[in-house]
Amino acid sequence: MTAAFLILAVLTVAGGVAAMTLRRLVHCALALTVAFAGLAALYVNLGAEFAGLAQLLVYVGAIAILIVFVVLLTRGGESAPIEIFSPAALAGVAIALAVFGVLAWAVKTSSVGHSSWTGAAAGAAPQASMRAIGLALMQLYVVPLEVIALMLTAAMIGAVILALRERPLDKAGTPPVTELRVG
Amino acid sequence: MSQLWIVRYLWLIPVLPMLAAGIGALLKRTQRRVSAALAIGAMSVSLVLAIFAFVRMLIDPTRQVVNFRWMQFGDQWVTLGWLLDPLAAVMLVMVTFVGLLIFIYSLGYMAHDDNFTRFFCFLSLFAGAMLGVVIANSLLLLFMCWEVVGLTSYLLIGFWFHRPAAAAAAKKAFITTRVGDLGLLIGMVWLYAQSGTLLFYDHGVGCIEQSASAGMAAHVVVAGMAVSTVIGLLIFCGAAGKSGQVPLHVWLPDAMEGPTPVSALIHAATMVAAGVYLVARVYPLMSAHALEVVAWIGAITALFAACVAVAQNDIKRILAYSTVSQLGYMMLGLGVGGVAVGMFHLITHAFFKALLFLGAGSVIHGCTEEQDIRNMGGLRRFMPVTFAAYACGMLALCGFPLFAGFWSKDAILDAAHGWGVSRGPFYLGAIGALLTAFYMTRQMYYVFFGPQRVTEASVSAGAAGSHAIPAPQLEPVVSPRPGEMCAIEDPHESPAVMTRPLVILAAFAVFLGFVGTPAWPWFQNFLAGKAVRFGWDGFREPGVLTLMLVSSIIVFAGLGLGWWFYGRKSILRVTDPDALEQLQPGIFHALANRLYVDEIYDATVIRLTRFCAALAAWLDRWIFGGAVNLISWLVTGLGWLDAGVDKYVVNGGFDEGCRDVGRGGRLFSRLEDGRVQNYLRVIGGALVVLALLLLWGHRG
Amino acid sequence: MNPLAGCLLVSALLFSVGLSGALTRRSAILVLAGIELMLNAANLNFIAFWRYGPHPELLTGLIFVIFSIAVAAAEAAVGLALILAIYRHARTSDVSEITEMKG
Repeated sequence: MTAAFLILAVLTVAGGVAAMTLRRLVHCALALTVAFAGLAALYVNLGAEFAGLAQLLVYVGAIAILIVFVVLLTRGGESAPIEIFSPAALAGVAIALAVFGVLAWAVKTSSVGHSSWTGAAAGAAPQASMRAIGLALMQLYVVPLEVIALMLTAAMIGAVILALRERPLDKAGTPPVTELRVG
Repeated sequence: MSQLWIVRYLWLIPVLPMLAAGIGALLKRTQRRVSAALAIGAMSVSLVLAIFAFVRMLIDPTRQVVNFRWMQFGDQWVTLGWLLDPLAAVMLVMVTFVGLLIFIYSLGYMAHDDNFTRFFCFLSLFAGAMLGVVIANSLLLLFMCWEVVGLTSYLLIGFWFHRPAAAAAAKKAFITTRVGDLGLLIGMVWLYAQSGTLLFYDHGVGCIEQSASAGMAAHVVVAGMAVSTVIGLLIFCGAAGKSGQVPLHVWLPDAMEGPTPVSALIHAATMVAAGVYLVARVYPLMSAHALEVVAWIGAITALFAACVAVAQNDIKRILAYSTVSQLGYMMLGLGVGGVAVGMFHLITHAFFKALLFLGAGSVIHGCTEEQDIRNMGGLRRFMPVTFAAYACGMLALCGFPLFAGFWSKDAILDAAHGWGVSRGPFYLGAIGALLTAFYMTRQMYYVFFGPQRVTEASVSAGAAGSHAIPAPQLEPVVSPRPGEMCAIEDPHESPAVMTRPLVILAAFAVFLGFVGTPAWPWFQNFLAGKAVRFGWDGFREPGVLTLMLVSSIIVFAGLGLGWWFYGRKSILRVTDPDALEQLQPGIFHALANRLYVDEIYDATVIRLTRFCAALAAWLDRWIFGGAVNLISWLVTGLGWLDAGVDKYVVNGGFDEGCRDVGRGGRLFSRLEDGRVQNYLRVIGGALVVLALLLLWGHRG
Repeated sequence: MNPLAGCLLVSALLFSVGLSGALTRRSAILVLAGIELMLNAANLNFIAFWRYGPHPELLTGLIFVIFSIAVAAAEAAVGLALILAIYRHARTSDVSEITEMKG
């Protein structure tokens, strides 16, 4: 438990809390970005540089931006809404606390929770070279890689279709033919 | 064993008239000739058969018995049967002969009646049942026919049922004889219990044959009486009811409400004789003590009825009381002298009493339905044939020497005189004979002799009040006062169909007695099955001639007294008081009211019966009806309770359950409100629970 | 407290924060954000176990996290497209107002 880890952890959690509690959606999106970045730093701190970079690229670079775009598109960021918490929000908080309690308790009472637990934590950080990761991806995990590629393709197409603007009905009352306008 | 065809077919004698009645019941009211033809035809055939049976008995007087099995009770058979012996043969001939004559008479008498067909149907039924009583060998069969006889008597007395007096008289007759029949039934049942059979004669084991009666005579039961005495007295109860002995005589005078042929046939000749016949039939059963009772009751009845007859004014009522009196004589004869003595008087009485009743019917018919003797008078001029026949009958009844009644009544008095127990019945009988002569003479003078009685125009019985017929000049000469007229308009002789039977019966009334004189006691020996021969030494027996003389003197004394009171001075007016009444008004009045027997019964028995009926009605309405009502209220209450439970508890519970289901459903539908965040919360909660379970389980 | 436990606690905390946001905020976008946080917490878990668990030379946790990030990207894209479509249809992005699936 080094100091760096502690600072980064606090930062991340604070960002998360802020993201979930701020009034304006844009502020929430920005706080979320901070949380993502903190997480990336944590990954690097733990020795998973590639994961940290990927986190930065994807989450901060794409997902956070996407969230900001959608906030803008749904006019959620123009004015602060009157109510920000849904009805029975306290039940949700209670459930979340319960979940945390269960998880923490699980951690504490397991063999991992003891202070004298010795894993391979003794100093040596594992070597996760790019070469090793690349070889693993191409040899052992090639099938999931391909599947992920397919999935990404499908998700992209699906997202585009979902987000297409619908044309209004014409005079006869029949729905418009959905055209894909490109360009 | 091969029996003669007449014995084997003896059952035809009662069955033929019953068949005629059965067919007659189906006829329409307008088919008068058919009904009469059926009845008279059946009766004629029965008469012929009865004569055949009688001839058979003349040839060979041994008793012939035919028994047959009728019904099965478990493993026992009810056996019935018929018998033919001299006693039965004589009764058969008498009943069929007198019956046939009366049927023919009824053709004329009932010619104007609307219900002619019904009358002959009932008459046939009666004849069939009476003949059944005569030939029955089983006490059960006799009882069955006895009851039918009672029924037809009811139907015929109440023939004109729309008249209240007739309906009441029919009811009275039936109920009074029923009281007697109760004793008969008890006696019958007891006899069956004692001897195991109800057949009279059954090859030695019949209930009145030697083996049974000996056992019963020895067995002493109630008040020192032997069983046979008690049974005999119980059977005599039934006979007393049917034959009008005191105190069950009250129905007979009232039974005169029926048509005159009915009175002649049933209440003079046949049905009332059935009681006497019954006693004669079960005579072997009657012990000396029982016969004592029979004799005394007979004697008392004879005198009682004769006294009452003296003061009656209805022509038929006088004859009715006379019948009661003569029935008393018959019972007396049975009691003191045996079967032959009583039966002889029964046979002769049948003929002359039927004659008297038919004659009275002829008088009534000729006087256009007038029955009060005070309104009649001088009718011998207008109805000579009727008068002559009636006179024969009257003399026979009184016991005038050489007529039929003389011989038979003399036999009775002879036996009573020689009775070892007491002379009392003899004296009672003698006084009764005197009175019989007296009241018959009174009746003759009132009806047939003297001038036609006159009355005021406004109170005349038969006239419609229009033109006045001056009284004819008769001896002694009477000039009617102005405004008076004959009480009876235009009296006339009856048609030949009515007078011919009268003449035939008159011949019998005169000559029938000769079959039983002491010189030639054919009747008595015939009944006993002995041979008989003619001989004057019958008269030479001690006391016979003396007694004949004494009874002749009694008769003449009675006739003389009657002439003294009623014959010397003609009775002129309807409203003239009776001579005897002038002499002894108190006694006369009491006798005219029939010695108040009916009133006594009304005050005692009838009131008791009414009280019991009221009590039973109250019981039925409040106790039994109350119980039924209680149960019905209970059921209704339970039903109401059940309805309430059903409505409020069952329905309510069910409705409430349904509402709860609805509420539960509404509760659970809140889980499906379409809000995704809520779903997520539920999942979160479930996750917590699952995790806890896993961890707990893992730790455990 | 050993480092692994610390990492796990942090990730648990992050997870519950994300869950609380997903369960309490009205806006659909923030629900999605909460879900992303939860995913990330899980990723942190994997990395922690890779780092302090046995056989880190197999790179299992690392590869898993890479794939998880890819999937999260695809899922975020689709989810946000959905939110847009719903917004256009219902004129609101308030999850507690969208109750057409009620019953």
